[in-house]
Amino acid sequence: MGDAEFLIEALAGQLRELLTRRGIADPALVGIHTGGVWIAERLRRRLGILTPLGQMDIAFYRDDFSRIGVHPQVRPSELPFDVDDRHIVLIDDVLYTGRTIRAALNELFDYGRPASVLLAVLVDRGGREVPIEANAIGTRLELPSGDQIQLSGPDPLQLHLRTT
Amino acid sequence: MSAAHLQLDRQGRLLHFLTVEGLTRRHLTEILDTAESLHGVAERQVKKLPTLHGKTVVNLFFEASTRTRTTFELAAKRLSADVLNLNIATSSAVKGESLLDTLRNIEAMQCDMFVVRHEQSGAAEFIARHVKPHIAVLNAGDGRHAHPTQAMLDVFTIRRHKPDFPSLRVAIVGDLLHSRVARSLIHALNILGAGEIRVIAPRTLLPAQVETLGVQVFHDPRLGLREVDVVVMLRLQRERMEGALLPSESEFFQRYGLTEERLALAQPDAIVMHPGPINRGVEIDSRVADGPQSVILEQVTNGIAVRMAIMSITLGHHARSIGESA
Amino acid sequence: MQTVIQGGRVIDPARRIDVVADLFIVAGRIAGLGQAPTGFVADQIIDARNRIVCPGLIDLCARLREPGQEHKATIASESAAAAAGGITTLVCPPDTDPPIDEPAVVEWIRRRAKAAGQARVLTLGALTHRLHGERLAEMAALQEVGCVGVSDGGHPVANSRVLRRALEYAATFHLTVFLTPLDPELGHGLAHEGQIAARLGLSGIPVAAETGIIARDLELVRDLGVRVHFGRLSSARAVELIARAQAEGLPVTADAAIHQLHLSEIDLTGFDSRCHVHPPLRSLRDKEALRAGVADGVLGAICSDHQPHEPDAKQAPFGDTEPGISGLDTLLALSLRLVRDGVLPLPAVIERLTHGPARILGLDSGQLGVGAVADVCIFDPDIDWRLEPGDLRSRGRNSPFTGWEWQGRVTHTLLEGRIVYAAEGEN
Repeated sequence: MGDAEFLIEALAGQLRELLTRRGIADPALVGIHTGGVWIAERLRRRLGILTPLGQMDIAFYRDDFSRIGVHPQVRPSELPFDVDDRHIVLIDDVLYTGRTIRAALNELFDYGRPASVLLAVLVDRGGREVPIEANAIGTRLELPSGDQIQLSGPDPLQLHLRTT
Repeated sequence: MSAAHLQLDRQGRLLHFLTVEGLTRRHLTEILDTAESLHGVAERQVKKLPTLHGKTVVNLFFEASTRTRTTFELAAKRLSADVLNLNIATSSAVKGESLLDTLRNIEAMQCDMFVVRHEQSGAAEFIARHVKPHIAVLNAGDGRHAHPTQAMLDVFTIRRHKPDFPSLRVAIVGDLLHSRVARSLIHALNILGAGEIRVIAPRTLLPAQVETLGVQVFHDPRLGLREVDVVVMLRLQRERMEGALLPSESEFFQRYGLTEERLALAQPDAIVMHPGPINRGVEIDSRVADGPQSVILEQVTNGIAVRMAIMSITLGHHARSIGESA
Repeated sequence: MQTVIQGGRVIDPARRIDVVADLFIVAGRIAGLGQAPTGFVADQIIDARNRIVCPGLIDLCARLREPGQEHKATIASESAAAAAGGITTLVCPPDTDPPIDEPAVVEWIRRRAKAAGQARVLTLGALTHRLHGERLAEMAALQEVGCVGVSDGGHPVANSRVLRRALEYAATFHLTVFLTPLDPELGHGLAHEGQIAARLGLSGIPVAAETGIIARDLELVRDLGVRVHFGRLSSARAVELIARAQAEGLPVTADAAIHQLHLSEIDLTGFDSRCHVHPPLRSLRDKEALRAGVADGVLGAICSDHQPHEPDAKQAPFGDTEPGISGLDTLLALSLRLVRDGVLPLPAVIERLTHGPARILGLDSGQLGVGAVADVCIFDPDIDWRLEPGDLRSRGRNSPFTGWEWQGRVTHTLLEGRIVYAAEGEN
């Protein structure tokens, strides 16, 4: 599908506007492994955010552990800031069923009680199975359920669509 | 079929954790890396992950050990599992119920994991051979044979301080004859490519042909401790005096106890480890045990993350294997 | 009753006979080879073409578990297993419960064996009262009622003074003393003290546990001139000690358990409790030395060291299991494997299973000369088979040899001329 940088550009614009509207001066960005972290890094640079980047691997929070177990390359989650009373922006590459975000929210709240949480995603492909929506979206795609969309990176960031 | 194969599925994934022997560097690294990502959980407000929510872990202890049982219990609870502690030493085994009968009974309670401690070498393997396929078995120490989770927490601790294994010199000091900790640690260090593993003990406390495990034998700590990066002291049980293996605790301490003077022979930044519980003044001097080079308490902390990793990996593989065969 | 075994290859090592000929049996005794005795009319003809006809096997050490441990096996069950394995004589060590230390027990076993009627059961009397190693047993009385020797029953006498007196007393009555050389203290362990024990964390039994006791016992033999048989050797050094003693002319003999000739410490890998035996399986070098000892005759007999167990006895972590292998079913097959492995030729293997043990016992059996009791084993050397756990005739299913593939299987066993076993499809 090609280069993802222009989508990040769009996403950064939306997010900047949203933060201004809400009066959030210094949000903390948290990327979800792996693609979400790549995007979060770029957003942080573009938005000039000072707080170091947080990253989360939600492997231990997945609701399909009983079917697929733990991913062998699970990485440590690292939130290098105090979550309590912070405005958090959770960032992922593709929003699909919403289950990943559900798990990420659970993990986030195990670190503390944030003031608010916003969700920014590069692609919203629909197909939600839980009531979760993003606050900022790079692009929306309506894809049949068999299709797969994947982000490769970190440099260059590229979206790949695999149709069935 | 050997334990090494019994604990793997057809894809070579860990289903049980019975022994380190026969595993590959990939297996051990997976455990260590997973443990690394679990290590921070204790610092969160909520020290709990939902991973094993709805699973039941049974601590099946045929030999009393509050300490080991507690760390397994904590590990399971941090993964949100339900935990049942059974001290068989004080219950049914005494009434003449066979081990298999005990197993069948506990199996009937719909458990997902057995954490087994038993005084006989090979007990965990025996249990793994006989449990229903959906149950994962973790060896929490079988006789003199193996204590693989302890070995993993030891190498985890070593890796955090000394990540360069090929240049690593490790000395293991004390009662290797009876030590399941030492056997498992030696295998783990060899698999991870540790540069040199030394064992230091009087001949009565070394198994015959111990060198075939891949270690260098020293009887004199003044030679064996020289320039090592890691010193692992083993616990000396009081019973050893009765078995005529040693004349006295004090003679052992005189010859083999880890004092500041002896530790000075090692690298200046050497770390001191001990599987616990320690006998102060028998195998280790208090000043060393509580000194700046001691990582003994760190080992205890690390033990929880490592056991969480092993629990989630083995139960995860069970889930996948069952998913694939369904 | 007159029987002819037709056309078989008759191997009778005692008389160095190896011919294809008919063997004639009249009234339970051998009546002729090749040529029928005068007036012979066959009541029964056994076709033995392409088969081996040899003396029935004599097993120097078989636990029948009766009296005392009938939950493991009985004289009847094990006699039947023996018959199916070509074994016609079983020597039962005295460690029954009660032990064979009084004539009543000997009589009782004899009656049970007779009722079963499938194998000759000989008994070894206890060397010491209750096998406790403290007071002498009534050896003369035991001999009177038929014990073929006296034995420590697997419980070596720790007290050298008691042992010396016991040997002296036995010598008075020309009794052969059957000893199991394992130091009770040093022998306290689970596996050969070597690299496998080191890896598995099993307590080790050093070779010195065996050789130390043999050395002591040999010195007593040198003093007293008593005939001593050392049962179930496990190490190369023990074979050496016995060989040297024999070369010096001491009246000592020894045997090997068949499993020691095929297994080693390596078979304990995986904590296989079926390979938990006492003395332990030792190194490959020891196994080779034992094989050589059998080949050159230092070890004059191969025995099954049969120890049947109920399943529970082996269903536990290694150290909680009982030692011993159920060996009657596989004695012949494993012995024939020695021929295939080039250890010794077929007649020599048969010698170690028949005439060899008979000589150790001081008996005139184990041969097919005219007038000998017609205990005969007939086997087909070309049958290929595989031992499945369900095929074991012994009540003890504790065999590490299930799944092994063999060549050569018993077709008939005759006890005093009577067919006590015929394989399926045989008459």
